[in-house]
Amino acid sequence: MSAPGSRVLLHTLLLGAAAITLFPLLWMLSVSFMAGGEASAFPPPLLPGHGTLANYRQLFGQQNIGRYLTNSLSLAAMTTLLSLLLNSLAGYAFAKLRVVIPAMAGIFGVFLVRQYALAIPDELLEAARIDGAGEMRIFQSIVLPALRPILVTLGVFTFLGSWNDFMWPLIVLTDQGLYTLPIALATLSREHVQDNELMMAGAVLTVLPVLALFLSLQRYYIRGILMGSVKG
Amino acid sequence: MRVGHAGWAFAAPALLIITVFFFVPVLSALIVSLTDFDLYALADIRNLRFVGLDNYRQLLHAPQFWRAVANTGYFVAVGVPLSLAASLASALLVNSRLAYCSAFFRTALFAPVVTTLVAVAVVWRYLLHTRYGLINYALAHVGIHPIDWLGDPHWALPAIILLAVWKNFGYNMVIFMAALHSIPVDLYEAARLDGASRWQEFGRITLPMLRPTLLLVSILTVAGYFQLFAEPYVMTQGGPLQSTVSVLYFMYEEGFKWWNLGSASAVAFLLFLMILAVTALQVRLTRDAQAR
Repeated sequence: MSAPGSRVLLHTLLLGAAAITLFPLLWMLSVSFMAGGEASAFPPPLLPGHGTLANYRQLFGQQNIGRYLTNSLSLAAMTTLLSLLLNSLAGYAFAKLRVVIPAMAGIFGVFLVRQYALAIPDELLEAARIDGAGEMRIFQSIVLPALRPILVTLGVFTFLGSWNDFMWPLIVLTDQGLYTLPIALATLSREHVQDNELMMAGAVLTVLPVLALFLSLQRYYIRGILMGSVKG
Repeated sequence: MRVGHAGWAFAAPALLIITVFFFVPVLSALIVSLTDFDLYALADIRNLRFVGLDNYRQLLHAPQFWRAVANTGYFVAVGVPLSLAASLASALLVNSRLAYCSAFFRTALFAPVVTTLVAVAVVWRYLLHTRYGLINYALAHVGIHPIDWLGDPHWALPAIILLAVWKNFGYNMVIFMAALHSIPVDLYEAARLDGASRWQEFGRITLPMLRPTLLLVSILTVAGYFQLFAEPYVMTQGGPLQSTVSVLYFMYEEGFKWWNLGSASAVAFLLFLMILAVTALQVRLTRDAQAR
């Protein structure tokens, strides 16, 4: 095939693939602005006749979605902070402080930090020790700044993992007031099977925060996948 | 603080968390799986009895359990190859030297990976709607009659596979893209000088060079697909006619609907053994292929 010919074919395929991945997400956004019942028509409408925020208003007003949003946010934020603290301490210890537990190195977060901490020059740490800095001080002022990029990577991973987690909170959270967004959405979708537009608004609220986080920190996220798979 | 002591102090919190949230639950689940822990034991622990391997024995004789195993096996056997093929094909497309805007395409194809499964399952439930769903609408244009995707026992699992592949293929695509990058360009140049066709290049250079990545990716993907749960929970609730009950869904119902926690723990361990066995098989097969 000629070069222009294969270039056209290539981009047709790429555009087709991108349409398949993006269409459900764009359609979700569009239907979330439709009036109740509007999407249940034939042929299915692609855009709302008159855009409305009624579904979002109902979610926040009657369905208490703000509560679940806060639950998800605070759970994910706390999980991320705690995991960053513990993993950076342990990962650094395994890399530089003569602690050997080989079997443990498989745990993703610790492993990721350890790989990165190995690159910190020993001379730097020794020099700080000779100057009389304590281990905690060294960790704060030398190790943490050096680990910053990998901590962003790990942070995005942990946040997304916590936000998107389903089975564990489903089992553990028996009090409806503590539901995370995915659990609330799943429960809601079992009760409101017919309320297409309302459910789409709920899906938008669930997906949008993580999608935005991913888009802004994409580089770090992709690196995490590669470190975990290529070297792991 | 001496360096060694500091090291242990720094590592201790993470080790403690890992122990508390991983080893302790696994160990206690193993113990629970050897008891008849149920609603009565939950009310009064004195009702708890040690039953040895009875839970396992009963499961292995329960048709519903085997149904769940068969469904999960179908999901893995069809879903994983489809998913890997989509990942590899899209990685080749995005990586092509001829592609414009490959950064945009990479992000677009990856986007479903970071979305929340429950949310996109809700979206797909409507896309797959028999009367108003866009998928049937699109199929009507090529002359295919409406399919009752989630209501027909023959179609429910394929529909879930479709969603899973859509959601997951971007993850492995990124790994394949990195692996493709690391194949030396001279190999292709030499092949071209020798007059190799595109297909020969793919079969003789790309695939063999990707073998370690393929093994890793297929092991991770198989382990992930074995843990099918949220899709049937949201889209079909195991139905129609049990056709989408996966092993984990079965475990969830056993444990948290019927409160047979002993039996549910046994299901978890059987699932773990299945994943372990399939992983071992994959490693063995790859090694044999390499030895040849």
